[in-house]
Amino acid sequence: MEKTPQTEPRQSWTFSNDVNSEIRRAAATGIYDIRGGGAKRRVPHFDDLLFLGASMSRYPLEGYREKCETSVTLGTRFAKKPIELKIPVTIAGMSFGSLSGPAKEALGRGATMAGTSTTTGDGGMTEEERGHSEMLVYQYLPSRYGMNPDDLRRADAIEVVVGQGAKPGGGGMLLGQKITERVAGMRDLPEGIDQRSACRHPDWTGPDDLEIKILELREITNWEKPIYIKIGGARPYYDTALAVKAGADVIVLDGMQGGTAATQDVFIEHVGQPTLACIRPAVQALQDLGMHREVQLVVSGGIRTGADVAKALALGADAVSIGTAALVALGDNDPKWEAEYQKLGTTTGAYDDWHEGLDPAGITTQDPELMARLDPEAAGRRLRNYLNVLTLECQTLARACGHNHVHNLEPEDLCALTMEAAAMAQVPLAGTNWYPGKPGF
Amino acid sequence: MSTTLNMTEINLREVNSTLQDAAKAQANAAYVIENPRGSHAVACGLDGPLTVTVKGSTGYYCAGMNKEAAITVEGSAGPGVAENMMSGVVTIEGDASQYAGATGHGGLLNIKGNASSRCGISMKGIDIVVHGNIGHMSAFMAQKGNLVVLGDAGDALGDSLYEARLFVRGTVKSLGADCIEKEMRPEHIALLTELLEKAGADAKPEEFKRYGSARKLYNFNIDHADAY
Ligand SMILES: Cc1cc2nc3c(=O)[nH]c(=O)nc-3n(C[C@H](O)[C@H](O)[C@H](O)COP(=O)(O)O)c2cc1C
Repeated sequence: MEKTPQTEPRQSWTFSNDVNSEIRRAAATGIYDIRGGGAKRRVPHFDDLLFLGASMSRYPLEGYREKCETSVTLGTRFAKKPIELKIPVTIAGMSFGSLSGPAKEALGRGATMAGTSTTTGDGGMTEEERGHSEMLVYQYLPSRYGMNPDDLRRADAIEVVVGQGAKPGGGGMLLGQKITERVAGMRDLPEGIDQRSACRHPDWTGPDDLEIKILELREITNWEKPIYIKIGGARPYYDTALAVKAGADVIVLDGMQGGTAATQDVFIEHVGQPTLACIRPAVQALQDLGMHREVQLVVSGGIRTGADVAKALALGADAVSIGTAALVALGDNDPKWEAEYQKLGTTTGAYDDWHEGLDPAGITTQDPELMARLDPEAAGRRLRNYLNVLTLECQTLARACGHNHVHNLEPEDLCALTMEAAAMAQVPLAGTNWYPGKPGF
Repeated sequence: MSTTLNMTEINLREVNSTLQDAAKAQANAAYVIENPRGSHAVACGLDGPLTVTVKGSTGYYCAGMNKEAAITVEGSAGPGVAENMMSGVVTIEGDASQYAGATGHGGLLNIKGNASSRCGISMKGIDIVVHGNIGHMSAFMAQKGNLVVLGDAGDALGDSLYEARLFVRGTVKSLGADCIEKEMRPEHIALLTELLEKAGADAKPEEFKRYGSARKLYNFNIDHADAY
């Protein structure tokens, strides 16, 4: 008897195993999924751009020999004491509470050795980071947890957080498990309860009020400190223009791949625009107002390599900021903890339950035993090394394009591999002189 | 003896730096500010003992982030008066606009008139006494401290409240999510007596009702999802 041919079992693209597992999880718990990290879906990114390099019409600079500057000054518009960075990469704001004290110390050590700044986060300023950060940016957030004028005065810059790329329009949530006595004390809340961070500032609502808020912050700090405004990648053209109007010295623009300590997965994956799509509109807004380079633009969300840094600068940013990559450099998601990741039902590279406080690498936890796994000095050195590599790579690319300062990188140095990236970055599709939306076509 | 700073003659920066330096000098000096004409951020960021009397009404964020100083506004105050105050006493003889005492950590904010919406929003330890009424969404997400209202409270009082205590003598239009009326125990009467006395308020503690958190939203629970 001949067997009837059977079709292969076919998985659905729409109802994939991944999707079905989320449906089962939701059905079992009744709660949306909260996690850390940024968008995991593939979106058009810096990988979809290439540098052209020098050629007949442009000569390159000698690698390692000829000077290629990397310094950046942030806060030249109004602040009496702008921030002077040696490299165009800063450490993004990450809350104490989501990160341990030693992790904050390691970030401070690494950043300081590399000549750049680090940033506080929701939950206030800790001695670990103030003590180890030569340049520390103090975040002014909707929750105002731990906010006090003494810390404001001992910061080197102030960052008013309006939004984050991972969750434009959303607040935060630090789950009860991570609320130890110290974290609770800093936030003026009881131990062990979920701490919701508001999505909106309590004492201003729009750009007109924000302008007055910034006046107050400047009056309290003697007009010394640069004031940054951090926005999520939502409406980059208008948000940038309004931030300039509100009196920002620096704009921090965080795209949808930007990490978070804990947010609903549905928010992380479905709200906001990719980093690549945000930069040109923001730069356009600055140019339209005659403020490009006068108000500095810091871009974040998915920066991993010196190529990403160079591409962001070429599109018009003054500097970039890193969160997730800095944590990985410290030791987050390191394969050496694979056995423990397995026990937590995950694997190296995919571990994102940072809000649960069980981080095997001892970074996103408040558990004293786990925390002790991170040596802040060694981790700080790893971060310094990594920052140096980002800078060297960025310089290498800038020299190859013939530039003696990384800020001289420009869109003309780039082409795009995909139509999407060409449209978003407004640089020609490789092999053409055209990008979607280009005037005159 | 007090020093007068006239805001028709000197600008905000000068006024504030004079006051900030005087506060830092710890000399307990007295200053009078004339013609504030609704200026924003007047007498903000003071860090030390100082007495400031503002002759007129102020704009946004008057006495913002105050530490130790005693600031009196002989007029009304705009939005965010005494926001994030740490300590000291701020007195408003007239009315206060939105977000009075927002996120305040300590000290006393004494409002002789009415306060608007979101009074005491996100407060973190401050005491606020309002002799008149307060507007809607007051004490939203209030964490710590005491809000005392001699008049009435608007809609959604104490929404998403944490551990702050709310005392209202008049009516409450509605309570926000997770805010409930609570028993007035002797310790609350004692606390209220002290606060009313400090604020020079002529009211009997027994006339007030106390409101606080039901603590049902403290840890996420799907059975309370409609309250989120
Ligand atoms: C663990 C963690 C905690 C964070 N906490 C904050 C915070 O408190 N405030 C804030 O503005 N952004 C916070 N962020 C976002 C970062 O500041 C930054 O926008 C983002 O990480 C940049 O994207 P990247 O992670 O792809 O580099 C956090 C990010 C991470 C990974």
